[in-house]
Amino acid sequence: MIRNDIPITPELVAEHGLKPDEYQRILALIGREPTFTELGIFSAMWNEHCSYKSSRLHLKTLPTKAPWVIQGPGENAGVIDIGDGLACVFKMESHNHPSFIEPYQGATTGVGGILRDVFTMGARPVACLNALRFGDPSHPRTRHLVSGVVAGIGGYGNSFGVPTVGGQVGFHTRYDGNILVNAMAVGIARADEIFYAKATGVGNPIVYLGSKTGRDGIHGATMASAEFDDKSEEKRPTVQVGDPFAEKLLLEACLELMKTGSVIAIQDMGAAGLTCSAVEMGAKGDLGIELDLDKVPCREAGMSAYEMMLSESQERMLMVLDPAKEAQAEAIFRKWGLDFAVIGKTTDTLRFVVKHHGEVMADLPIKELGDEAPLYDRPHIANTHQPVLSAAAVPAAMANGKALVQLVGCPDLSSKRWIWEQYDHIIGGNTIQTPGGDAAIVRVENGPKGLAMTSDVTPRYCEADPVEGGKQAVAEAWRNITAVGGLPLAITDNLNFGNPERPEAMGQFVGCIRGIGEACRALDFPVVSGNVSLYNETNGRGILPTPTIGGVGVMDDVSVHATVAFKTDGEAVLLVGETKGWLGQSMYLKEISGREDGAPPPVDLAVERRNGDLVRALIRSGRTRTVHDCSDGGLGVALAEMAMAGGVGATVDALPAGIPAHAALFGEDQARYVLAVPAAEVEAVLAAAKAAGVPVQRIGTTGGDALTLPGEAPISIATLRDAHESWLPGYMQGPDAIVSA
Amino acid sequence: MKAAVIVFPGSNRERDIGRALHQATGREPAYVWHADHDLPAGTDLAVLPGGFSYGDYLRCGAIAGRANVMDAVRAHAARGGFVLGVCNGFQILVESGLLPGVLMRNADLRFVCKMQHLRVERGDTVFTNAYTPGQTIEVCIAHGEGNYIADPDTLARLEGDGRVAFRYCDANGTVGGKANPNGSLNDIAGIYSDKFNVLGMMPHPENLIDPLAGGTDGRALFESLAVRAAA
Repeated sequence: MIRNDIPITPELVAEHGLKPDEYQRILALIGREPTFTELGIFSAMWNEHCSYKSSRLHLKTLPTKAPWVIQGPGENAGVIDIGDGLACVFKMESHNHPSFIEPYQGATTGVGGILRDVFTMGARPVACLNALRFGDPSHPRTRHLVSGVVAGIGGYGNSFGVPTVGGQVGFHTRYDGNILVNAMAVGIARADEIFYAKATGVGNPIVYLGSKTGRDGIHGATMASAEFDDKSEEKRPTVQVGDPFAEKLLLEACLELMKTGSVIAIQDMGAAGLTCSAVEMGAKGDLGIELDLDKVPCREAGMSAYEMMLSESQERMLMVLDPAKEAQAEAIFRKWGLDFAVIGKTTDTLRFVVKHHGEVMADLPIKELGDEAPLYDRPHIANTHQPVLSAAAVPAAMANGKALVQLVGCPDLSSKRWIWEQYDHIIGGNTIQTPGGDAAIVRVENGPKGLAMTSDVTPRYCEADPVEGGKQAVAEAWRNITAVGGLPLAITDNLNFGNPERPEAMGQFVGCIRGIGEACRALDFPVVSGNVSLYNETNGRGILPTPTIGGVGVMDDVSVHATVAFKTDGEAVLLVGETKGWLGQSMYLKEISGREDGAPPPVDLAVERRNGDLVRALIRSGRTRTVHDCSDGGLGVALAEMAMAGGVGATVDALPAGIPAHAALFGEDQARYVLAVPAAEVEAVLAAAKAAGVPVQRIGTTGGDALTLPGEAPISIATLRDAHESWLPGYMQGPDAIVSA
Repeated sequence: MKAAVIVFPGSNRERDIGRALHQATGREPAYVWHADHDLPAGTDLAVLPGGFSYGDYLRCGAIAGRANVMDAVRAHAARGGFVLGVCNGFQILVESGLLPGVLMRNADLRFVCKMQHLRVERGDTVFTNAYTPGQTIEVCIAHGEGNYIADPDTLARLEGDGRVAFRYCDANGTVGGKANPNGSLNDIAGIYSDKFNVLGMMPHPENLIDPLAGGTDGRALFESLAVRAAA
């Protein structure tokens, strides 16, 4: 066992991811050389992942309040009021680095961690979503990573018993060496029965619950705060192993325990395990914490204090309990076969004291561990804006019908059925909109209320213009919730960026935050939780800036909703919103023209809100049951998806005037929706649009088994489906497919 | 009808099937913990729900099949009591010896969750009398180990005795081929015990009881049980 009093050399400091000036800060704070365990504790608390030292300054600018927000950022998850005494608890978190090194376990523990964040607050998880970014399909590792990550997400959620109802998957060469795995969990609780991390009362027992502590995951959070290089493979031992069975037991035991009224404070052991959870509970409650590590349930003998404090073994919780109810609490955990151990107590000293074998291994000021973490105003430079591409500058490379078939079958736009069929998306019996819609809909208990949920971001827009890209990510989440009839309420943000010590990457971060903030304010869509993942770089090459937005909205009656599927012949196809034929940064440009340039489409937030409010009102008043937003691939891809989903075709006889047809079909102008409306409702819908000042054009009529574009031969739905459904299964059957287990 | 849902550590569809039973019978089932030794007095139907009992880290259902409560379930079945096992419940029935055969990993080695058509093989059992024989229904499946395998003699006996309850088919009722999602022999999705009082099936009728959430083709199974057991 490594001694606790070894000399702290500069090399040792560097190995802990601490910069020399950060170490000086430690010396100044405690007035002596730290012990080895203390150095480990500082490295856990002061790394980027836990301290947000590069991002805090900018995160503060985001709007986090609204009358319906019960808990904003700073707790395990965000909490919003959804009426009738109920609250929705949700958060999204990344597990990027571990998933790249060990895709199955990296993904499972990502899902496990975010589920724990939600049920720690007293909520039963009702839905999971995710956002995945992989490298170019031709990269030799991509297939293996897709296979492992998907199996891992399914392996955990399916066993735990939560439906995985939505997500997004994209491919780009900039993720070749650094994939993104962002997992979101959503739960439901009574609004007056939310549990928090803040400890109260002196001398109350600190209770350790769940699985035993092992040597896995030591320094996981530190790994997540460093760039990758060719030796990252060697970090495999820092990836933890997930046990969904233990987590399911932990869920049931925690919810049962919470009902007894014995829980004063609760915090899950996530990044930096015991250290982070204990310090947070004490610091939030203005209390000291004293731990006796001899009491910690361990998987193996001979673990040192250093190892126990930094282990990231999964499926563990820390609680402060009402001492009068300790026996009752222990009985519940024993019934579920879980470890239950009193490992310490709250004190009035404001010190974080760790004892092992009767010796003090660490004795640190508890508030300063968090509050005095370094805070950096990193230099950042605004990205040079790309010029606006006029439609005339992008000649049509082929017939529009051919381009459409190619687009619906390209990696980013092809069907992700192969993926979501590996996720149990129906458990619970409340999934009203399964994967494949604009937003997932999950009924709350026996209804009629429901939640609409989505995860969105368009990284190529963020790369070309961080501010507009940030706005667009929020606007698209808001639009997707609106398109099913939901009222968007709040978001969780999962901010994936490169090395913040590079001014360009920091500039992307700062720009995206500005755009996100603007959009959240304009759309009354505050941020209630989130996660920052920086250093997503390999050998100095950063990912595309990817601020994933997880949006949640409420539906008063889930039976009143819209889906993307054309349902019957003879309905009018209406295009809501203005089309200018914006091809810059479009999927058409990338897939058909082989270019990735130009400014992304601008987002006019007032127009976004006006158009969306109209569409939601039309759904809620029953005038339409068929709505799809226009996003990647524009109007053409939206129409094709509507035809494929319903098995009903359409004839398009009028496109937006004054622009080339390919720009009208594939331009990615924002704030647009396609609706199918019964003939009898058309006049009323047009009148409502006129009253609201929203441009609406009738562009065609549903019917038949093909999609017919102006001046083109009909494209059968079978042709579209074949292109759309065949790419991913075909790709995954490639010679190198590896099924991780 | 009095139903008792057995809850193992790792069960995760006990509330789903409880809801379906409640809808069909008007009463909440009893929930029985795996460590218990008895079913509630007067139990007509014992239900083994879906999930990952004990994590299914060993063979699926292998540990659950040997749990305390399974002695009571076996005794209940021996008395002619009704037993329904769905998904993990089917795997447990096979492991506990109440049904023959074994459920292997899906032929493509992947978990699969999707809507799936089934052919109801007969409409004269306590579980299916509200269906018509040969009816095509649409329910959902969600499993990684649903590939039903039995030795040739067992398979011949099951077929000869009419003990296949459901087969995988397409929307037109055509059995087999691409409609078989997991490689099961003879496209078997569910089987009866020799006395037809025990049914094990991989698909989830309990998730198809609501027009808003996928459809209602699962309802008739619970209605069949409610009517018969009340008689």
